[in-house]
Amino acid sequence: MKWIDFEKPNTVEDAVKLLSDSGGNARAMAGGTDLIVMLRVGHPRVNPDVVVDIKSIPELNELSYDANKGLTVGAAVECYKIYGDDNVNSHFSALNDSATLIGGTQIQGRASFGGNLCNAAPSGDSIPNMIAHRAVATITGPSGTREVPVEDICTGPGQTSIESDELLISINFPSNGAGFGANYIRFIPRNEMDIAVAGVGASVTIEDGKFTSARVSLASVAPTPLLVEEAGEALVGQPVSEGAIQKAADLAKAAAKPISDMRGTADYRKHLCDVLTRRALTTAVERAQGAS
Amino acid sequence: MTTADYERNMVLATDTDYKVIGTRPVRHDGADKVTGRAIYGADFDAAGLLHGKILRSPHAHAKIVSIDTSKAEKLDGVKAVVTSKDFPEVGNQWLKDNILASDKALYVGQAIVGVAASNPHVAESALGLIDVEYEVLTPVLTTQEAMATNASILHDSLTTEELGKDTGVVSNVASHTQHVKGDISKGFAEADVVVEREYNTKTVHQGYIEPHNATALWSPDGRLHVWCSTQGSFVVRDSLAELLDMPVSMVRVTPTEIGGGFGGKIPIYLEPVAALLSRKTGAPVKIVMSRKETFEASGPTPGSQIKIKIGAKHDGTITAAYAWMAMEAGAYPGSPVGAAVQCVFSTYDVENSTIDGFDVVVNKPKTAAYRAPGAPNAAFGAEQAINELAEKLGMDPIELRLKNVATEGTRRPDGPVFGRIGAKEVLEAMRDHPHYQSAKAEGTGRGISIGFWFNIGFDSACNIAVNKDGSVNLTEGSTDIGGSRTSIAMHAAEVLGIPVEDVRPSVVDTDTIGFTAVTGGSRTTFATGWAAYEAAQDVKKQCIDRAAIIWDVDANNLQMEDGVISSQSDSELKMTFKELAEQLSDTGGGISGSASVNPSGVGGSFAGNIADVSVDPDTGKTTVERFTCVQDVGKAIHPSYVEGQMQGGSVQGIGWALNEEYFMNDEGTMTNSSLLDYRMPTSLDLPMIDTVIVEVANPGHPFGVRGVGEANIVPPTPALANAIYDATGKRMTSLPMSPGAIQSADAE
Amino acid sequence: MPGKTYVQTTINGEHVDFLCEPRQSLLECLRDEIGLTGTKEGCNDGNCGACTVNIDGRIVTSCLVLGVEAEGANIETIEGVADGSNLHPLQLAFLENAALQCGICTPGFIISSKALLEQNPNPTEHEIRFWLANNLCRCTGYDKIVRAVQDAAKRLQEA
Repeated sequence: MKWIDFEKPNTVEDAVKLLSDSGGNARAMAGGTDLIVMLRVGHPRVNPDVVVDIKSIPELNELSYDANKGLTVGAAVECYKIYGDDNVNSHFSALNDSATLIGGTQIQGRASFGGNLCNAAPSGDSIPNMIAHRAVATITGPSGTREVPVEDICTGPGQTSIESDELLISINFPSNGAGFGANYIRFIPRNEMDIAVAGVGASVTIEDGKFTSARVSLASVAPTPLLVEEAGEALVGQPVSEGAIQKAADLAKAAAKPISDMRGTADYRKHLCDVLTRRALTTAVERAQGAS
Repeated sequence: MTTADYERNMVLATDTDYKVIGTRPVRHDGADKVTGRAIYGADFDAAGLLHGKILRSPHAHAKIVSIDTSKAEKLDGVKAVVTSKDFPEVGNQWLKDNILASDKALYVGQAIVGVAASNPHVAESALGLIDVEYEVLTPVLTTQEAMATNASILHDSLTTEELGKDTGVVSNVASHTQHVKGDISKGFAEADVVVEREYNTKTVHQGYIEPHNATALWSPDGRLHVWCSTQGSFVVRDSLAELLDMPVSMVRVTPTEIGGGFGGKIPIYLEPVAALLSRKTGAPVKIVMSRKETFEASGPTPGSQIKIKIGAKHDGTITAAYAWMAMEAGAYPGSPVGAAVQCVFSTYDVENSTIDGFDVVVNKPKTAAYRAPGAPNAAFGAEQAINELAEKLGMDPIELRLKNVATEGTRRPDGPVFGRIGAKEVLEAMRDHPHYQSAKAEGTGRGISIGFWFNIGFDSACNIAVNKDGSVNLTEGSTDIGGSRTSIAMHAAEVLGIPVEDVRPSVVDTDTIGFTAVTGGSRTTFATGWAAYEAAQDVKKQCIDRAAIIWDVDANNLQMEDGVISSQSDSELKMTFKELAEQLSDTGGGISGSASVNPSGVGGSFAGNIADVSVDPDTGKTTVERFTCVQDVGKAIHPSYVEGQMQGGSVQGIGWALNEEYFMNDEGTMTNSSLLDYRMPTSLDLPMIDTVIVEVANPGHPFGVRGVGEANIVPPTPALANAIYDATGKRMTSLPMSPGAIQSADAE
Repeated sequence: MPGKTYVQTTINGEHVDFLCEPRQSLLECLRDEIGLTGTKEGCNDGNCGACTVNIDGRIVTSCLVLGVEAEGANIETIEGVADGSNLHPLQLAFLENAALQCGICTPGFIISSKALLEQNPNPTEHEIRFWLANNLCRCTGYDKIVRAVQDAAKRLQEA
């Protein structure tokens, strides 16, 4: 590995200053489970000279719930803290679908949703789930703080709309009313320790047997995690039925633009979008109907 | 996946009454290995140690036009740079080129330049300062491409050897071998039912968790000392001596603990580079491969193309069998097709058979051994064909196999006549097993298969010295990869009648023990165990002689049983081994026994599987629900370690069957060279692996040992293919049977 | 010339300080700077688990931790598992159940399994397999490892 400088600021201000002073050669690190690997192989795009460890900054470690504000997950909060959190388990249990399958036990001790989002891999297992939950990212830079829907963060493989002098602070998940259910599933050839061949995050709200809102988001079938708005819209107003779910699955499959690589062919990935959307929506519906 | 609640291990035992053999003691190196104290190759350290890194070819096929290392040599901290020019001019050029390429790079990852520096990061930075100019050529990546008439040629000097004769024709086919028994055209004419198909397999890796490593110190006195994780310290010594043009006695190799090998740690890769760098610097130089290098630049087992045709009469009698097998050697000749032809039909007594084997060079790393090399590829085809035949004949697949099974006296298609073997007993144990007798669970498919591996003997040496406390020090030269120190020590303990805990086994360096061949070919417990048996007999005889001196009686009247020396004629005369050990100094000095053997009584081993799978109809993903491995091991010296071999081989076979492959792009780069994307099974991908140890004693070994390490990897790929067919109606003829492949396949 | 960083940690209950470059992983620091070579490198990208250590009560792959991040951390490695000359029940269970062959993955498996049993004293087979999925073993097929963890759980509960 080439030489790097290491900084560990304690405040958002100090971190943003380090990032902006570096002229684009610094990068924030939370768990480092992607960044350290990229540094080690001399990644063509992500190869900073300065690593800014953001785990000492209080705001980035926040994990809190407020019925009005919803759930706030700091950008450095490790996966194991998410699935070990009472509020998550009570109000946002579908987030555990992602938190428990990013890496294995060891990786979950380090990896964060924030890092997963900033790494912006098309296969990032938390991103479609965040999108399905209508999550919003809070980002601070030299010119202030802005809030951006998660679906607008990833712009390409490994690329985001977060500027090099900006810092992702947290991800906010709005509170869900009664009748909400969500699910993230992915397909992998093994049962753990694998990259999604395809993944689907889905959320639904059901009132009186009808979908009142729905979202479907896909992983690993486009240059970025994909929000398939038409799939969700097709469900709204429809009574819950296998037919309605299949229609949404067809739309998700049609929206997928996968490539063929060592993890799967384009045709197989499109096929999986159908299968997984059906399964994710079915589970989301079960959860919505099971939740009181 | 739940713990099996049925009897998981039925030992069909030989009836000899042993005291130590067949027990399950804790291994002698156990405490070191569970406390982190065992020193593996990469753990080795020495004063003034330098770290080496290797620049590797980014091209699968390219001429090396020029190499400029001048900038790298000037980098602060860089101590030496070596290229192929640093080798002596004599010696095998292909062997040297696979260590450091000279005129051509023949696979992505082939070593070009070695650098030694004060720390590994500096050495790595130096690699980036080396300029190599290549003239890129078209890569050849499969046997089909390589055998095509207009194929790009890897070696201008390689001419095809056709049935033992050099044709003089330059091609990528290094050799064509053929075994003919009887007359297959007659045999197929007699057949009522014929099955014929083509099968294809991909390159796969042994997947040992420890990457390759080597440390070398070229001493000013001219002697070279190497420490490395190797399956065969003497192979390393002899290869280094050849490459570096020095007598073998000038090279000393100390085998460290080794983190898996499965055949892949027999060849040398880093050792000569570390040696050359050490000669230039005078310092010890350590090189450790990364995981990516381990995939790209060691020796995987080949992809292959296999055609099988088998014919049988209505009653199930196989009348003819034909196999055509082409295997990728990688960049230099030497694929395991030579072993595959010895295994493909050897389970069966077939009157008419022809087997064609082709050794084909391609632009991939030079293949190395991998657990029964070649046999799993062959069995993937042959054992599916046998099941297809059973289906067409309306016979149970085990009954069809039993009807044709090879037994003592059967002539193998490749010539040798079997001695006492246990193929029939393995099939019977499979048939009678509660797994096979049970009904399949709803939605699952069941498949079976059997596989053969011939095993090898070769040289082994052992020394045993008696300590005055009645224990013995046992030294041997076989790398211990799975508990062989203990299985070898158990041979000595049984002969001497002492507890195995009183035997202290050490694996020592090439200066300290007689020539010992590799830990491979399922030979270690068989051959080095035999050496220990003979060395212990030597000790035993000397003990009797000493007792004769002490008692002043004729040694011919004395015996030593269960660690007690006694007289056949005078019941008063009794002495334990321990009591004698205290008196050695007064009776002529200590006792040392030694033996070197090259046993010829190798007994081949058969392993069979019963596999239940479920296949997700939407995704094509296979789940192994239940798996049973049956193997004839001759005699299980340490049943736990035997079970471990059976389970480990089975699971490597399961990985090979379902997901493992070198995924190559068109340029010949492996795009999945990490343990994330090269999908070896995790703990969550498997059920418990049930084992049945069958013991049909090998008359060619004093305790009946056959060798257990390899046959178990042969049956899983066809057993799972047969199970997937049973579950889905899809006949999978290519490996891996990955979810996407199954999903897109058509049912028969 | 950039300098090294001074890092103070507690390793296996002892205060340990060391100098390292920021680019060095904790794995490199443990092995090359501190001499604790029981923690192994199998892949250097977090996928094999051979380098697993416990930091402040959580298991992590030490190849994906920078040495400088260990400042103030409480680290447990394989060298700290036995109580003096008394092997930990997991170590005994691995030996007596023949749960290792080559042994290179064993330190990682023992560190991972120990953390599992500390938080879940009586895990099911599935829970064991799930927890250990980040630890690859190529020799055993995992059967005897699962049995060893089950056996160790029993020993610990009986103790």
